[in-house]
Amino acid sequence: MSFAISKTPSLFGRTKELEGQIDEFLDIVTQTGLLFNRAIDIYLDKGPCEDFEELLSKASEVETRADTLRRDIENKLYVQTLIPDLRGDVLMLLENVDNIINRYEANLFRFSIQSPDIPAEFNQGFRKLTEQVIHSVESLVSASRAFFRDTNSVRDHVRKVLFFESEADRISTKLQRKIFASNLDLSRKRHLQYFIENIDEVANSAEDVADELAIYAIKRII
Amino acid sequence: MELSVLIFLGSGLFLGWSLGANDAANVFGTAVGTRMVKFSTAAIVCSVFVILGAVISGAGTTETLGKLGAINKLPAAFMAALAAAMTVYLMTKRSLPVSTSQAIVGAIIGWNLFSGSPTDAQVLTKIAITWVACPLLAGLIAVPLFMLVRRILRAANLHILRLDAYTRFALIIAGAMGAYSLGANNIANVVGVFVPASPFTDFTVLGWFNFSSAQQLFLLGALAIAIGVFTYSKHVMMTVGQNLVSLSPVAAWVVVVSHSIVLFVFASKGLEALLSDAGLPTIPLVPVSSSQAVVGAIVGLGLMRGRQSIQWSVLGAIAVGWVITPFCAALIAYIGLFVLQNVLNLVVY
Repeated sequence: MSFAISKTPSLFGRTKELEGQIDEFLDIVTQTGLLFNRAIDIYLDKGPCEDFEELLSKASEVETRADTLRRDIENKLYVQTLIPDLRGDVLMLLENVDNIINRYEANLFRFSIQSPDIPAEFNQGFRKLTEQVIHSVESLVSASRAFFRDTNSVRDHVRKVLFFESEADRISTKLQRKIFASNLDLSRKRHLQYFIENIDEVANSAEDVADELAIYAIKRII
Repeated sequence: MELSVLIFLGSGLFLGWSLGANDAANVFGTAVGTRMVKFSTAAIVCSVFVILGAVISGAGTTETLGKLGAINKLPAAFMAALAAAMTVYLMTKRSLPVSTSQAIVGAIIGWNLFSGSPTDAQVLTKIAITWVACPLLAGLIAVPLFMLVRRILRAANLHILRLDAYTRFALIIAGAMGAYSLGANNIANVVGVFVPASPFTDFTVLGWFNFSSAQQLFLLGALAIAIGVFTYSKHVMMTVGQNLVSLSPVAAWVVVVSHSIVLFVFASKGLEALLSDAGLPTIPLVPVSSSQAVVGAIVGLGLMRGRQSIQWSVLGAIAVGWVITPFCAALIAYIGLFVLQNVLNLVVY
């Protein structure tokens, strides 16, 4: 004998949809990180090329999708007066995380517009830096997911963000020292430094958001 | 019904209105103030359940008030309710915490003194002990309840939005429980003094439901409470919500449930019978203060969190209220009865 399952009440139905949208938004952060990693890899191998431009255009597409999602989520949180006690924190978190997606995209645009000439001896340093930056953002995504579902583990993920950010800083400093110790023109050294600092800045932003997230999580603990 | 009867009942209905305006905020204040629940939803749920609680379970506390002093003339009941209402008004005006329950008990004692009826010291002691027990019990219920809920929620790892949706739903259910308990426990304050002098007669609805004269009075009083909820409680709810912002919605739910349990325990004839059948000591059915139950629960949660900043002045003011409110109401009732008897030539006992 089977029983008809009653329709989910609209309140719970709406909640489920919004949960899905927040998850999708965080998925996009991960996706942009992967695109960023692949694009830098290709640039270091081949320099400016069609494959790189294609990845940049994909990153732009997902960035636009992230913006639309974020606005829709924010709008629903306000219109449906959801989580009144934590709404401000959630909105701030989403905007700050969105800012990281923008930074990924802006970095790729910089490569596309300025086409920096990176000598092969520095490729390894750029790759390592990118890797640590992506790890830090990935840990931030995990921390953000934990904030929504499992507040007690936010701290663990935040610690990882801080670790990867300091690793990124260490690699960035080491790479800059190596560049400034080389025989390149000062203008090229400054140009490369500019790119390194901007890539490292993504990890710095992740650290800032993680710090705020740790506070939001304390407020959330019931 | 004679117009004079309606006028006499007016003081009770006014008391009901002010109870609805103020005490509905104890049930739905945090939920509405923090915008977790819409005011219209809260007002409808609150009114329906106050009426149900009053009509179905209002008799227990009324009997206790009747034992304290059976006011047997309508003008005297009018004056008792008016004295209670005036006391509530005066105390509120001076920003002193006041309970309708304490005011009406004072007014009944005022009538006892005026009419020369003896005040049953045993009943009075029972009522006084209950008043002290009410906030204590609310605190004692709130602490383990909060710990249990916290443990469950930690284990469940609900999404923040899912928790929000469940909390809203739970706040409405707890509010309904609270409103039922409020109606059951506090209807005696509103129309209890009119029961011995009730102008209504019993009748049977559709041949099976006996609608007693007391229940008709309770319905009338509950409607006055509902009108108070709809017309004036929104403002109070918003104030309560803003004053208690430090409470998370889950903690607010715990406070409402603890309050509801306490009010229900002190109003339920069914529970009394159950305890009595099991050979356990029964809980007295006494109208208690809804506001003090809420304060008790909040203080309990505050102590549990180890906060040293409990506002002892607030607790002190409540204790002062236990003494001043009945005294003030008794004095007003005594003077009022004197005026009714000697100036207006009305029979008051």
